[in-house]
Amino acid sequence: MSTTELSSLARSLSGGAFSSVELTQSYLDRIAAAPELNTFITVDEAFSLAQARASDERRRRGEVLSPLDGIPIAHKDIFCTRGMLTTCGSHILDGFVSPYDATVIERFGNGGAVTLGKTNMDEFAMGSSGETSYYGVIRNPWDTSRVPGGSSAGSAAALAAGLCPAATGTDTGGSIRQPAAFCGVTGFKPSYGQVSRYGMIAFASSLDQGGPLARSARDAALMMDVMAGFDSRDATSVPQDQPDFSGALDNDLKGLRIGVPAEFFGAGLDEPIERAVRDALRVFEEMGAQIKEVSLPNSELCVPCYYVIAPSEASSNLSRFDGVRFGHRAKEYDDLVGMYMKTRAEGFGAEVKRRVMIGTFALSAGYYDAYYNKALKLRRLIAEDFDRAFAECDVLMGPTTPTTAFPIGDKTDDPIAMYLNDIFTIPVNLAGLPGLSMPAGLDPAGLPIGLQVIGRYFDDARVLNVAHQYQRRTEWHTRWPEGWPS
Amino acid sequence: MDNKTVNHIATLARIGIDPGEVDEYAADLSRILEFVAQMNAVDTADVAPLTHPRDRLLRMREDRVTEFDQRDEFQRVAPSVETGLYLVPRVIE
Repeated sequence: MSTTELSSLARSLSGGAFSSVELTQSYLDRIAAAPELNTFITVDEAFSLAQARASDERRRRGEVLSPLDGIPIAHKDIFCTRGMLTTCGSHILDGFVSPYDATVIERFGNGGAVTLGKTNMDEFAMGSSGETSYYGVIRNPWDTSRVPGGSSAGSAAALAAGLCPAATGTDTGGSIRQPAAFCGVTGFKPSYGQVSRYGMIAFASSLDQGGPLARSARDAALMMDVMAGFDSRDATSVPQDQPDFSGALDNDLKGLRIGVPAEFFGAGLDEPIERAVRDALRVFEEMGAQIKEVSLPNSELCVPCYYVIAPSEASSNLSRFDGVRFGHRAKEYDDLVGMYMKTRAEGFGAEVKRRVMIGTFALSAGYYDAYYNKALKLRRLIAEDFDRAFAECDVLMGPTTPTTAFPIGDKTDDPIAMYLNDIFTIPVNLAGLPGLSMPAGLDPAGLPIGLQVIGRYFDDARVLNVAHQYQRRTEWHTRWPEGWPS
Repeated sequence: MDNKTVNHIATLARIGIDPGEVDEYAADLSRILEFVAQMNAVDTADVAPLTHPRDRLLRMREDRVTEFDQRDEFQRVAPSVETGLYLVPRVIE
């Protein structure tokens, strides 16, 4: 049974070509056959197959819940799942089984989707390479000596290798789009407030947003139809009618104004990526779109700004991991503070500690104004840059990343070089906008190149529409890494 | 960032660090602070801080009880509990 788009899997299920149990089992077998990629932290065959059986029974009774009923979906291990481990890639959540489902998990469950397992990720979503997980390095199926990107590393790599037909991820500074670019899949970060953050373990609450990784924009839209929408349990969820992302996919792009930020094509951008992006822009021109150069003058300051705001929020969010209510607790300690300090020293990895320390410093007495408040002011200037650009265009386009997937270990000793991976994705989170990455070429080494599409706030459906129209005319999103059965 | 500050921040952050790690933290964190200091290239004296990506105010809700008692379920995943209480080292002598 071949991996294909969700809509076609749905047709096969409804036509009786195979059952959800057979489909789910085939993916479980693929996962079991690919341990070297290390894409999953938890797979529970009995758990998944029970959900698949329930779906098959519903179908027999004619009670299909959604187009995703019976389709197995892999979830980033940052989403709390009732009855299955949730680790966030960290030792400190050892043995944690959530008493409740995240809203995203609940919504997929209400749609009848099968939970295929929990994907490996950078610890607490802090990483751009899939190298910081307590559960080990994740590998890129296009070249297993290279990183898959991060932090939704397992979701992107599993999808690229055909170990799941679609997956969820989260994106704080690029964690859906950057691994999607490195692994040659489509990844979508919705507008802030579009997808509920309830039950999604918080890293930087003003930036975090859950979204889909899929084989196409059409699949991503299908997932958004299920996962997006208002949730009273998330204070930042935006009240809205249930959106119809799939319904907007076929809109014509004639007259679409595409802004191309000059700052996204400066020094440090690999030449093959620039060429692929320019080629993609020509495809849009052929569809009747107009290309216009725009400027985001504060782009260069996005990464410094982000590396104050995100660690500050993280230092606060991660204070809940103290060995009292869940997860790991140190074995020996003298007093309460000693217990906290030892538990957290043992439970957190190096990158998480580094960021919590930076954030604690930026928020500490005497430094708050110079760092945290300064970053919030810059954040406004960055958001205003986008507002100005969107006054004269409908979407922005550029590269997702400055390079393609780099070798494992290449940047682990240099945090700043690692942070600069996200130079084109971070601005979008700071401004709360929707952003998508989709395959738009291969570099001379045969590694995928990502094209980024950025939309206006809550214009998510248009971003997916634009991506889908590109994918109707090109076939980069159908490319497979050699050696993995399609 | 000097070693004294590293130790102070580690205490605030409740992260135990070995004396042997302090130099490395000081060097790493200093490099990151130097990097983020690029922010000072822009004058932001007249700019209001943006605390929410779209300047939205958080929604208010009715003041009514929405949580129900799930103590047993929540405590099932705790490292140490007794008679419905989380156990920690003695705080008050």
